[in-house]
Amino acid sequence: MLNPKAATYEPAPLIEPGHTFGSITDKIAGVVLGGRTPLTWFIVVSIGFMIMGMLGMAVTWLIIKGTGIWGVNIPIGWGFAIINFVWWIGIGHAGTLISAILLLLKQGWRTSINRFAEGMTIFAVMCAGLFPLIHTGRPWLAAYWLFPYPNSMSIWPQFRSPLIWDVFAVSTYFTVSLIFWYVGLIPDLATLRDKAKLKSVKMAYGMLALGWRGSARHWQRYEHVYLLLAGLSTPLVLSVHTVVSFDFAIGIIPGWHATIFPPYFVAGAIYAGFAMVLTLAIPIRKIYGLEDFITIRHLENMGKVTLVTGMIVGYGYLSEVFFGYYSANKYEGFMIWNRMHGPYAPIYWSLIFCNIITPQWLWFRRVRTSPLGLFAVAMVVNVGMWLERFVIVVTSLHRDFLPSSWGMYYPTIWDWMTFIGTIGMFVTLFFLFIRFLPMISIFEMRTMAPEAKIRGSEGH
Amino acid sequence: MDAAPLYGLMAEFDGPTGLVEAAKRAYAEGYRNIDAFSPYPIEEAWEAIGQHDRRLSLIVLGGGLAGLLTGIGLQEWVHLFAYPINIAGKPLNSWPQFVPVTFELTILFASIAGVIGMIVLNGLPMPYHPVFNVERFERASRDKFFLLVEATDPKFDRAKTRDFLKGLNASEVNDVAP
Repeated sequence: MLNPKAATYEPAPLIEPGHTFGSITDKIAGVVLGGRTPLTWFIVVSIGFMIMGMLGMAVTWLIIKGTGIWGVNIPIGWGFAIINFVWWIGIGHAGTLISAILLLLKQGWRTSINRFAEGMTIFAVMCAGLFPLIHTGRPWLAAYWLFPYPNSMSIWPQFRSPLIWDVFAVSTYFTVSLIFWYVGLIPDLATLRDKAKLKSVKMAYGMLALGWRGSARHWQRYEHVYLLLAGLSTPLVLSVHTVVSFDFAIGIIPGWHATIFPPYFVAGAIYAGFAMVLTLAIPIRKIYGLEDFITIRHLENMGKVTLVTGMIVGYGYLSEVFFGYYSANKYEGFMIWNRMHGPYAPIYWSLIFCNIITPQWLWFRRVRTSPLGLFAVAMVVNVGMWLERFVIVVTSLHRDFLPSSWGMYYPTIWDWMTFIGTIGMFVTLFFLFIRFLPMISIFEMRTMAPEAKIRGSEGH
Repeated sequence: MDAAPLYGLMAEFDGPTGLVEAAKRAYAEGYRNIDAFSPYPIEEAWEAIGQHDRRLSLIVLGGGLAGLLTGIGLQEWVHLFAYPINIAGKPLNSWPQFVPVTFELTILFASIAGVIGMIVLNGLPMPYHPVFNVERFERASRDKFFLLVEATDPKFDRAKTRDFLKGLNASEVNDVAP
């Protein structure tokens, strides 16, 4: 200890004292099987579902009329669709980071939030995946544009294109996240099967649990494959946003063609993802009274990760400015000047405010340990990360090389309806998940109970 | 009653320590067709019953290699034979640009192989299993720990094994109907 004061700093426990295997099981499974669903759940799902209906409307009109209903036009061919895609896919990254990387790093605190964050990943990737599909205007043709299959025209995708890399990265990411999530759920589904009173409910969970019976021979293989999956997901999660950044970095547009993009995008993704985990965790632990399991310690740790990744993102912004100056390239220099002083300058400065200045509050322990303070910071970061994608996509495209080909981009009502609609879809799916599946991993929480310690054994 | 067919005998324990100690004693006694059941993974428990299966490492490696070869093979075949396009005289075999897709397919195949391997090696899905006939067994997914000695074990003897299990501080010993 460098100073004696630091010794008094005791982190809060990961699980409130007094919990047993039984109480942990009953508390978490009770959310699903307990009978009484909180009124808040119904309100949130009805609003979410209504907004999701708006998405349906916007997509239907898009398919009838074509992408002309959006604000995209030359020179800004990539508008809201790509902004939202990158934003959503970034949000997804925290789930895999928590479930895979923190597992390999033996961070015990991940246990309370990994299930939840993995669910968030899957729904965020679903929202993300919608945009590349619909931005083609004719999603039914996207099959042969995107996937290599022998078709009657004997044409094949261009594997040298980052857009095809993206298809493989995102679909692999979705599949692996889904099976990782499902493997984690199997023992908990067995718990729900054994606890359910109604025959039909028992059957449904029983079918999904595959007849899991907690045999030590099964657990050994289970833990083995879980560790291997974590090892596989770790490079995967880093590769996904790297490939997304290639969509930009492989192009020659000033503001896109930068070597800093892959690490800067990955840091931004984790930053956005942790902000979203906080946005979801803080209200839900309150609604369901799960403060015993998702403690202040968890919130504080997530706040710290948010602060660190936010600083890395800040370093990314700084190096963009530095490249503009040091490259002595007229176009790079102009791109930075244009971001700061051009017609989209208010968005650039709001982005700096949201992503660089606001998270500095997290240096204060008072803010990190206050759910309300953290929630406020996380909301600002969510907005900031969306603005970042807007700045990267739109301000780079709207004034590239020749002033004769400059233009402006204004989103239309359909752009907004599609974007807000996916938020409704995300909220609806997420709340359906917490109603029907255990939102905290029950079996992993049992290992955190004091009675899980085996006497006469070296730790656990 | 004693003539009823039997799958095995099952001892119940209140905590992980009891289960691990009992499993070790049963293994030392010479029982081999035994299994331990717990509501969460206990490394000591599978070590105690001599479970040590590392085949999944090989399965995942195999899946990964299959993905790697699929990735390289697919892209080389498409760009060299099936659909060669000459762009600005650049080489058809531009392999560095095939790395991302190859990498993703390696991870995808390895993960799927691992999960399917785990499910198949564990003999799942298995909706019916004799252990579910023990009424108390539904606590195995909640807070109780069980040790099973199967009747197929060469050392199994209905009365003797029952006495042995009772001597292990089990809170209860039950017959498991097949």
